[in-house]
Amino acid sequence: MSELFNEIRELTDRYPERKSAVLPALRLAQEHYGHLPPEALREVASALGTTPAYCRGIASFYDMFHLAPVGEHMIDVCTNASCALVGAAQVLEAFERELGIHAGETTPDGRITLRSAECLGGCDSGTVVSIDERYRQPVKPEDVPAVVEELRRG
Amino acid sequence: MAKAKHPILVLAGAEQGDLRALEDYRRVGGYASLEKARKLGPGATLEQIKQAALRGRGGAGFQMGQKASFLPSPGQAKNPIYLVVNADESEPGAFKDREIINRVPHRLIEGIQIAALAIGAERCFVYIRGEYLSEYEVLSAALAEAEAAKLVSVPILVHRGAGAYICGEETALLESLEGKRGQPRSKPPFPALVGLYNSPTLINNVETIATVPKVIELGGEAYAKIGVKDSTGTRLFSLSGDVVRGGNYELPHGTSFRELIYDCGGGIAGGRKLKAIIPGGSSSPVLPADQVDLSMDFDSVQKAGSFLGSASVIVIDERACLVQLALRISQFYMNESCGKCTPCREGTRWIEMILRKIEQGRASMAELDLLSDVCDRVLGKCLCALGDSDAMAVASYVKHFRAEFEAHIEQGGCPYGDTSSLVGVRSPVDEIYRGRIGQEAAL
Ligand SMILES: Cc1cc2nc3c(=O)[nH]c(=O)nc-3n(C[C@H](O)[C@H](O)[C@H](O)COP(=O)(O)O)c2cc1C
Ligand code: SF4
Ligand code: FES
Repeated sequence: MSELFNEIRELTDRYPERKSAVLPALRLAQEHYGHLPPEALREVASALGTTPAYCRGIASFYDMFHLAPVGEHMIDVCTNASCALVGAAQVLEAFERELGIHAGETTPDGRITLRSAECLGGCDSGTVVSIDERYRQPVKPEDVPAVVEELRRG
Repeated sequence: MAKAKHPILVLAGAEQGDLRALEDYRRVGGYASLEKARKLGPGATLEQIKQAALRGRGGAGFQMGQKASFLPSPGQAKNPIYLVVNADESEPGAFKDREIINRVPHRLIEGIQIAALAIGAERCFVYIRGEYLSEYEVLSAALAEAEAAKLVSVPILVHRGAGAYICGEETALLESLEGKRGQPRSKPPFPALVGLYNSPTLINNVETIATVPKVIELGGEAYAKIGVKDSTGTRLFSLSGDVVRGGNYELPHGTSFRELIYDCGGGIAGGRKLKAIIPGGSSSPVLPADQVDLSMDFDSVQKAGSFLGSASVIVIDERACLVQLALRISQFYMNESCGKCTPCREGTRWIEMILRKIEQGRASMAELDLLSDVCDRVLGKCLCALGDSDAMAVASYVKHFRAEFEAHIEQGGCPYGDTSSLVGVRSPVDEIYRGRIGQEAAL
């Protein structure tokens, strides 16, 4: 059995029912593969005692799972109400300029994916940007070049 | 800060920083309420919560003690009783649960243990939104410390979501926790009888549960004297938008929007004029500026035609085009609709589509009427409150700011031109339309 399979089995022990571990299991698989290709879904399914189609149905429901390849780094820029009022549109545009892509795309070298996001729960100091699941706030348009430079170097 | 001295309860002791370390929380009397509750026993503990008239802080404002009393008593129940804490916090404008977890995680853990004792729960689950990775780590670390100190007698599992606003709706949350797509269940049966794994389940918001230790410390009766009638105690008001000092301000219910926005938040930068207030997160109907002296309690805000909801106050100044704001909010609900029921799945799309046409100046007056009509057809016909939220919110913008909608239609575009503070705002649904996200392409 693969390491991933064993790790998922350990997870399931924490829940009253095995299937409850599907989110953490998919998260582990995604960390392992970078996204969720068919073989990842098959592996999760067999560890949970369910089918790959079931796992695909779950993965497609939640924003944090990716069925197709994404960049090594993920930039989520909140564009919801509070951030929008304080200039989220300009921050998103600054990222687009700096990366040379539109929101929703990945840089051609496969390094960075940019998305606009719904409220991230940091509305008092917008614009909130989540980079690889770590928040930066507030981010102003003029901060963007340094943020991107840091990611490109890192 | 506000002029009058007011009690700080949920964030007590953390005014200058945080109480993440058990030692620090102990120093301000932490876990004494749990000890007190253990001496009182389940019945008397629940009685204190009832006397406090503690209303839920997650949105609907239902009394916690009353909800808990719908549960079977532990002896009667065939299945184990569960306590589930809702830390999904994804309502646009809301960021109070995050602050509670970051600054007083032990108060939440203590509240969970007291509530579990009061209802005879066998296990507890905290469902935390997937994006809150740092908060997950803070809470997990605090939990490990509390467990090592033998303070946790009812086991707690912290479970991360994976990005879906709808999982904050309590039955969608349960589905998600059971390993399914987060789609709401039809009610009844209510979770108190048939909840997680068909077991009796009490679901409460983070702030509600984090208030419980103070209720036990002060006693229910004394707690109920804080705030106003039917809206007891203090509240973390999340203040954001066009305001100088946003943030969470813990104030008693009954404080006015004016005190929050101007005394606590320093008012609006540049002396600009207030245009509108969103009182309880983006799903609550907008209030025009002349409501600024309204008292922030459940009943007053409801009488004014809105909801206090999660007490997430978004300040909007005169620069904002409210058609753009309504459009952005409608895009959120459309994007987050789980698609299970037709009025919401179809209605949220229609609402977004018409608003987009109005914003771009391509709509006719008949389409503005159609917008109101669609809102009517969604309202009250959905399986959960998400569809209603969209319809009520959008209808409120049209009601209070109709002239602005008409101006877009008459002038063939935004009367603000590019001076609106919201000009150029985009949303995730724009990317879906463009088919750019890898995930969408693969589906
Ligand atoms: C679409 C939708 C989203 C919701 N999101 C949340 C949320 O993120 N957090 C929360 O505590 N309650 C949320 N609620 C309310 C819950 O369904 C439930 O009423 C609440 O968790 C009960 O806790 P309380 O009584 O302590 O407020 C949401 C409701 C709906 C309809
Ligand atoms: S109202 Fe919307 S979110 Fe709620 S169940 Fe229906 S489709 Fe799903
Ligand atoms: S609106 Fe951007 S974090 Fe809430």
